[in-house]
Amino acid sequence: MISTINGHRLEVRSLAKQFTLHSRGGILVEGFRDINFTLSNGQLLALSGPSGAGKSSILKTIYRTYLANQGEILFRRSDDSVIDMASCPVSRILDLRRREIGFVTQFLKILPRISALDGVAHPLIEIGVAEDEARERARIMLQRLGIREELFDLSPLTFSGGEQQRVNIARGIIAPKDLILLDEPTASLDEKSSDIVLELLKNLKERGIALVAIFHDQRKIDRVADKSIDVRRKEI
Amino acid sequence: MLLELDDVSKVYGVSCGNCLELTGDSSECAICPECNAVVAVNRVNLSVEENEIVGVVGESGSGKSTLLQMIYQDQKATSGEIYFNGLKDSNGNKLSLFNLPSGKTSWVRNHEMSMIYQNPHLGLNFNFSAGGNIAEKIIGSGEKRYQIIRDRALHFFGKIEMPTSRIDDYPEAFSGGQQQRIQIAKALSSSPRLLLLDEPTTGLDVSVQAKILDLIKALQYEMGFSMIVVSHDLGVINHLTDLTLVMKNGCLVEYGLTDQILEDPQHPYTQLLVSSKL
Repeated sequence: MISTINGHRLEVRSLAKQFTLHSRGGILVEGFRDINFTLSNGQLLALSGPSGAGKSSILKTIYRTYLANQGEILFRRSDDSVIDMASCPVSRILDLRRREIGFVTQFLKILPRISALDGVAHPLIEIGVAEDEARERARIMLQRLGIREELFDLSPLTFSGGEQQRVNIARGIIAPKDLILLDEPTASLDEKSSDIVLELLKNLKERGIALVAIFHDQRKIDRVADKSIDVRRKEI
Repeated sequence: MLLELDDVSKVYGVSCGNCLELTGDSSECAICPECNAVVAVNRVNLSVEENEIVGVVGESGSGKSTLLQMIYQDQKATSGEIYFNGLKDSNGNKLSLFNLPSGKTSWVRNHEMSMIYQNPHLGLNFNFSAGGNIAEKIIGSGEKRYQIIRDRALHFFGKIEMPTSRIDDYPEAFSGGQQQRIQIAKALSSSPRLLLLDEPTTGLDVSVQAKILDLIKALQYEMGFSMIVVSHDLGVINHLTDLTLVMKNGCLVEYGLTDQILEDPQHPYTQLLVSSKL
């Protein structure tokens, strides 16, 4: 039985990651080390720091796209049990990803033959929402993010960087989750679109969803974050 | 647990008894230096749960297809056991597929599993019509009533987005991509719990490949079967699978979430494989 995490949604303890490059004679490249934080429902933790400091690597390690070399990632599931995502079987991770943990990548990952609307509706359909309702909710989400209606039926690959990022965010947050990880959700956005996204993140917090997000801009951190880590200095 | 492989090995040739130890990942060869037997699969352990989609990657000759063929019982393992869907003997002990009573083996193959081959000539009987091929699988799964067989064949022919007017044409009258679709209809017509795919789109042009993969994905979502997909194409693996195992010299050298295998490969061979992506 994993020790208690005191009601938090997520507790990360002594997390470290290094990459072994076998093609370069097995040299070790440090991703990050000694990351510790707790996160409760409705809180947003901001990760900031210079490029290459390991911010994205932290998110990917929590999501288990990267394997941690050390540490624990304790996540409280919706049934109140606690699971260490750094060491649990991969089938449990698949289960968590379907229902409880979302990841918004920095860049859009979508098939070129899928329309923006279908791409956003898909995560809802996957969890059993009827197709018509999923599309309607996707439509509302895209409207809210300021995507023009005439783009809904087109492939997002033809969109601008900012539009792609908003489609990506819509896709990442439309299905209900308990924890969402966001990699630079406002990086390609103008001020107006950034404001919309920040408001959305606040709404997610109000709904009790825990968030970990990478931001570069201190003003944005001040607006939405409850706590932050400067990954370079690792101060909380 | 739907499928469980326990130390499964396959050796071709007369084994000296030490082949498994003398070959594999650490010795970097699959041919036994003492007796020249070929170790196609070397002590593989694997679990597949309901609704999981597992990819198998590795270089040619690494044992991918042999592994699939042993699960489908096209080949018998030299050692090890394969457990499927909780099958038990009369004493309540787990029963390996290799020890099934005669009759039960074909029942598992016909009812519970299906295989889609890279070469349609392996998956389809070219002397039967498309509908006849699908019917063969349905009959094999126990249905004997003509009208039900015909209706189900038509249903699955529709599922693969083919005009039902062509159901009585022979496989040779179809393109390579269409033949793969007919294999899919045939394979799924028995509503299997496990679908095995051996390089299902290799050799097809990319637009046909994308349509076939989309179709497989949609049908998997709709019907909820588990899949094991062998492919040397990391794009196919990325598109279709949740989990991936990497084979080299008959050994399973890495197993994990597909995105982890592609973005944070651990084993030297997996790193080489991923860095070779175009």
